[in-house]
Amino acid sequence: MIEISMEVNGREVTDQVEGRTLLVHFLRDQLGLTGTHVGCDTSQCGACVVHVDGRAVKACAVFAAEADGRQVTTIEGMAGDDGSLGVIQQAFQDHHGLQCGFCTPGMVMSAADLLRQNSNPDEDEIREYLEGNLCRCTGYHNIVKSIRAAAAAMG
Amino acid sequence: MYSFELRQPTSIGGAVRALADGGQILGGGQTLIPTLKMRLADPGVLVSLGRVDSLLGICTDDSGRLCIGGATTHAAVAEGGGAYPALARLAGRIGDPAVRNRGTIGGSLANNDPAACYPAAVLASDAVVATNARDIAADDFFTGLFETALDDGEIITEVKFPVPASAAYAKFLQRASRFALVGVFVARFASGVRVAVTGASESGVYRWSEAETALSAEFSPSAVDSLSVAPGGMIDDLHGSPEYRAQLVRVMTSRAVAAC
Ligand SMILES: Cc1cc2nc3c(=O)[nH]c(=O)nc-3n(C[C@H](O)[C@H](O)[C@H](O)COP(=O)(O)OP(=O)(O)OC[C@H]3O[C@@H](n4cnc5c(N)ncnc54)[C@H](O)[C@@H]3O)c2cc1C
Ligand code: FES
Ligand code: FES
Repeated sequence: MIEISMEVNGREVTDQVEGRTLLVHFLRDQLGLTGTHVGCDTSQCGACVVHVDGRAVKACAVFAAEADGRQVTTIEGMAGDDGSLGVIQQAFQDHHGLQCGFCTPGMVMSAADLLRQNSNPDEDEIREYLEGNLCRCTGYHNIVKSIRAAAAAMG
Repeated sequence: MYSFELRQPTSIGGAVRALADGGQILGGGQTLIPTLKMRLADPGVLVSLGRVDSLLGICTDDSGRLCIGGATTHAAVAEGGGAYPALARLAGRIGDPAVRNRGTIGGSLANNDPAACYPAAVLASDAVVATNARDIAADDFFTGLFETALDDGEIITEVKFPVPASAAYAKFLQRASRFALVGVFVARFASGVRVAVTGASESGVYRWSEAETALSAEFSPSAVDSLSVAPGGMIDDLHGSPEYRAQLVRVMTSRAVAAC
């Protein structure tokens, strides 16, 4: 076992992990942050996307120990301290950007990384950026709409 | 996954020492972690390059070559490889954004997947693959399907790309995997044209010498129209027959030339 420390959603955490412990399992099973989902476990679906040092990564394809000393943000970190929804989350709710919601944490985290780089993406740019995020319910249309609305709301 | 010890050295020397008694290199893990999950590998020790700062980054050397550190991510090349636009564009279209934020050039080349993008760029650009032990010319590096000239535990430290007068990569996307169904990289140097094909051959990336001759004589999209590509030895899977891939090799070469 190795001891690792990282900042998760602004909070310093320290725990023991095995070398093979994946970041997604560390977050879900050891920290109880079950908002990050495992959809495929084969790097295809993007349900597990979180940010490490501000960049979107698939938490099912990163070892927890690789995030030692880094800053990690999960879907839980997108909401306010009082539980109020963040701008992107609110836009998904307002524009029906989710149905079952399984893909949503990854969609929101990918959208946040996109909007960090490009504050006003057009539809094609959004669709291209979400290439690694699969949704089996919505047909993507309302997800694109939600992200356009979030971009507008963020000004 | 079988259990293993994860080591995270901070220097190339430290990585070489960590690998001395066996073990396997971990780049971005985008290929290796799925392989470990399927228990197709049991390395015992994994040596991550993620904290070796000297393997990260992009610069231009005295001979004008674009030099990319072996553990540099695809996203970093897409953003910082502007001195070689065709290469930066290729990096920016590998997989999806999250894969590009982790996957590295060294990992892609060491893996030598027959449908990977970087091998085509390295071969067409006549790049040099530098390791902790030696410099390997592109023509000697790729030795077959998932095979390279690397020895066990040999670390790709840098890839040095001569920058062509013009170049382009045409990728016919395999939508489900986001790899190339067929991809062709065309690089035009003062000394001649080099053409490298990925995604097509059962033995991995290769140079299409007939196209190189035709394009060196006349650099136009139609210069390859009259060439025939034999389907023998081409990949046959549910995404495309050998005949289909052979046809794509010619079409994607034309498109790459048109985009140069
Ligand atoms: C969904 C998805 C889509 C993808 N789409 C594409 C695509 O369109 N085009 C494409 O080209 N690739 C694609 N890939 C593959 C991706 O580019 C990988 O990042 C790459 O193949 C492996 O790089 P890595 O750094 O992740 O290496 P790892 O997975 O860490 O390692 C792969 C192999 O290389 C070895 N290795 C790693 N680094 C070094 C080094 N510096 N020196 C020597 N050996 C080393 C490892 O020991 C291992 O054997 C995709 C992957 C996924 C998951
Ligand atoms: S669970 Fe990580 S990509 Fe699907
Ligand atoms: S809302 Fe159900 S998978 Fe996307």
